Amino acid sequence: MTDPKRVAIMVTCMVDQIMPEVGVAAVRLLRRAGYTVEFPVEQTCCGQPFFNSGFRAQAADLAKRSLDIFEPYDAVVLPGGSCAAMIRKEYPHLLERWPGGTARAEALAARTYELSEFLVHVAGWEPAPAARAPRVTYHDSCHMNRLLGLGAESRALLRAAGCEIVEMHESDRCCGFGGLFSFRIPEVSNAMTQEKVRRANTTGAEVLVSADPGCLMQMRGFAHQTGMRLAHLAVLLEELTR
Amino acid sequence: MNEVSFHTFRADAALAIANPHLQSAVDGATLKFRRDRLRALADLPDVEAMRDHFKAMRAATLANLSEHLEQFERQALAAGAHVHWARDAAEATQIVIGIARQHGARLAVKAKSMTSEEIHLNAALDEAGITPVETDLGEWIVQLAAESPAHIVVPALHKTRQQVAELFTREVGRPLSADDIPALTNEARRALRKKFLAAEIGISGANIGVAETGSIVLVTNEGNGRMVSSVPPVHVAVMGVEKVCPTWDDAAVWLELLARSSTGQPLSVYTTAITGPARDGDADGPRELHIVLYDGGRSGMLGTGYEEVLQCIRCGACLNHCPVYQEIAGQTYGHAYSGPIGAVLVPLLHGLEQYEALPHASSLCGACLEVCPARIDLPRMLLDLRAEEVARGVIAPPEQALEKSAAWLLGHRRLFGLLTDVGRVFQRPLLSKDGLRVPRRLNPAGKRRLPSLAPRSFHALWDELAAEEEAVAGAAPVKRAVRAPSRGRIAAVIGASVVPLVVLWHLLRRRGGKR
Ligand code: SF4
Repeated sequence: MTDPKRVAIMVTCMVDQIMPEVGVAAVRLLRRAGYTVEFPVEQTCCGQPFFNSGFRAQAADLAKRSLDIFEPYDAVVLPGGSCAAMIRKEYPHLLERWPGGTARAEALAARTYELSEFLVHVAGWEPAPAARAPRVTYHDSCHMNRLLGLGAESRALLRAAGCEIVEMHESDRCCGFGGLFSFRIPEVSNAMTQEKVRRANTTGAEVLVSADPGCLMQMRGFAHQTGMRLAHLAVLLEELTR
Repeated sequence: MNEVSFHTFRADAALAIANPHLQSAVDGATLKFRRDRLRALADLPDVEAMRDHFKAMRAATLANLSEHLEQFERQALAAGAHVHWARDAAEATQIVIGIARQHGARLAVKAKSMTSEEIHLNAALDEAGITPVETDLGEWIVQLAAESPAHIVVPALHKTRQQVAELFTREVGRPLSADDIPALTNEARRALRKKFLAAEIGISGANIGVAETGSIVLVTNEGNGRMVSSVPPVHVAVMGVEKVCPTWDDAAVWLELLARSSTGQPLSVYTTAITGPARDGDADGPRELHIVLYDGGRSGMLGTGYEEVLQCIRCGACLNHCPVYQEIAGQTYGHAYSGPIGAVLVPLLHGLEQYEALPHASSLCGACLEVCPARIDLPRMLLDLRAEEVARGVIAPPEQALEKSAAWLLGHRRLFGLLTDVGRVFQRPLLSKDGLRVPRRLNPAGKRRLPSLAPRSFHALWDELAAEEEAVAGAAPVKRAVRAPSRGRIAAVIGASVVPLVVLWHLLRRRGGKR
C-alpha cells in the first residue's frame, strides 16, 4: 500500500463529546507512527444512530455530509470499529440517492480504517514493550469483529506493548449497547452489560480494553460494580508508549 | 391479541431477567448448545462451503417455489397421500378438523410442530371437541402449563424439575418427586403410551418435504414423531410451504446441518422419512396420510427483501447465540417464534403494528448471522423492519420528532457545539466519578449510569493538540480543566427553558404506559 500523505481523523461524535481523551490518544499514536494528522473541524456524526433506528433519510444526510468532509483525504482513521463499519458497509448503499454517490462512497470506504487496523496494516507500527504493562482482557466489539473482521490487530498491539492478555469467556459476546437499543429496551441492554462486565471481572485482569467508544461508554455505566479500569485501546497504548 | 408493544415487551423482559430459575436454565441450556454445535460442525470436512451450498440451494428452491411444490404434490399423490392447500391459519385448522371429524376423532396425538403453534391448532381442536395431546416431552410440559414454548427447539427449556413434577402430579393425580427424574420420565411415558393407543388421529409438522418422491421428513429425539405417524390410523402433517426441497441429495445436506446447528448432534435420534400411507402388507403405519401445505403469508414474502427469511430451517442456533434471547427467553417475544428469527418473522407474519417492539429486540450484534446454517441476514432485515416502522408511523410522532431534530442538529456543527456546551452547564449538579447520577425513576437508561459530557469536547481541545510539541517521549496529558464556555452562556439562557422540558416530556411519554 502506498503511504497515505494526508491522514484525517474522524473522532466520532461520542468521542468528541464524551471521551475526547480517546481522540487525543489516537492522534498522538498516529503521530508516533510517523503521520501528520488533520482534524476536519466540520465533522460531527457518521449517522449510524439514525441508520440503526430506522431513520434512513436522516442517516443518509449525515453520511453525505461526512462524505463531503472526508473525501479530500488519502486516509480516514476512526478510533471506533462500529463507525468505521458504518462508513465501509452502509455508506455505499445509503448514498445511492445522490448521483455518483455510491461510487464516491465506495472510494471513501476503501480509504477508511479503524485505528488498530491502520496502525498494524498501513503504518506497520509496533509499540515498544513498556516496563510495567497491565494484565488486560479484551472485548471484541460486534461490528469491529463481525463486520470488519478485526480483533487480532488490537491484541497484537497490546501484546507488543507488553500487556498480558487474559481472555474472558466469549470475548465476542455483545456488551449490550446497540445504540438506541440501550434506551429503547434498557432492561435487556443493562442485563447484557452486567453479564459482560461480570465475565470480564472474573479474568482477574486489571484493565478491560475495548476499541469501541460505544461499548466503553455502555460498560462504564456499570463500572462502579467492578474494580477494573475500563480503557479504550488508544488511551492504554498511548500511555504505554510515552 | 398478543400485541407486543415496547411497554409489554419491556415489562415481560424485566420479569424474565428477575427470575433466577429462568436465568440459570436458559444460560445452561444455550451454553451447552453453543459448545456442542461447535464440536459437531468440526466433524464436517468443510462446513463453510457446505453452508454456502445449502444457502444457494434454499435460495434456488424459493426462486421456483411453485414448481417444486407442484412436483411435491404430484409425487405425494402418486404415493397415495392426500394433499391439501391452506392459504391461512383458519383454512389450515379447518382442514385438520375436517379430517378428524371424518374419522370421528375425539383424541389427537401430536408431535412437536412449530407450524401447529403458529396456526394455534390446539385451541382450534379443543374448540371443535377434539382433545389434542402433545407427545414431545417438552411440548407436553408446556401444554400442561398452558404456556407457549420458550424455545423453538426445546419448548420447556425454562422449566425446573420442581415445576415439571408439580405439573405431572396434577396430571396423574398422584404426588411425584422432583428428585427422581427417571420416575418422572416413566410417568410421562406411561401416560403418553395410553394416548398413542387411544388416539384416532396423529398430527405432526414436517421438517422437510422432498419433491422428487413426495416424502416428508420428521426429525425428533424422542421417537414420538414415529409413534404419531404410525400408530393412529390417520396421520396429518402440516408443512409450511417453504420447507420443500427438490431432491434427496438436497435433503441430505439439510439434515447434515440441521441437528448439528440445533442441538449439536450429528443427526437427531430419529429421522423419519414418510412416503405415502401404509401399503398392503405393511405391519404398521396409517391407513391415510394427509399433507397440509400451509402458506400463512409466506408466498407474500417471495420477491421482497424478506424472501431470505423463508430459508430458515428452525434450527434454533440464532436463539442459542443471541445475547438478548439469553437474557429474556422465548415467552417475552409474545409468540411461539422467538429469538432473532422470531423478531423478524413474527412482524412479517402478523404485522409490525401488532409486534412493534420485536424488530428492536436486538443490539444488532450479528451473532445470529454468524451461526445461521443458511446465513440468513437477520440483522439486515431487522434494520429494514425498523425503517418500515418509521416510514409507516409505527414509531410514535414525539419520538420521530426527537430523532429527526437530533439528526438535524448533528448536521449543524456550531449549533450542536453550542447545545452540548449548554448541557455541560446543566449536568454539573449530577456529575459523579462514573457518569451522571440521575434519580432512577427519571433515568431513561434504567439502572445504568448515564455518561457525562467531557469538560471540553475534542473540538475544543484540538487547537492545543495541534500545537502540541511532537515529542514522542513525554507528551503531557491535555489539561481537562472545567471551565464554562463563553458561548455557552448565551445558549444557557435560551436552552435553559427548552432542554429540560423536552427531556421531561419525552420521559413521561415513555413511562406513560402502552403507546
Ligand atoms: S434463522 Fe437460521 S439460525 Fe435461526 S432458526 Fe432459522 S435457520 Fe436456524
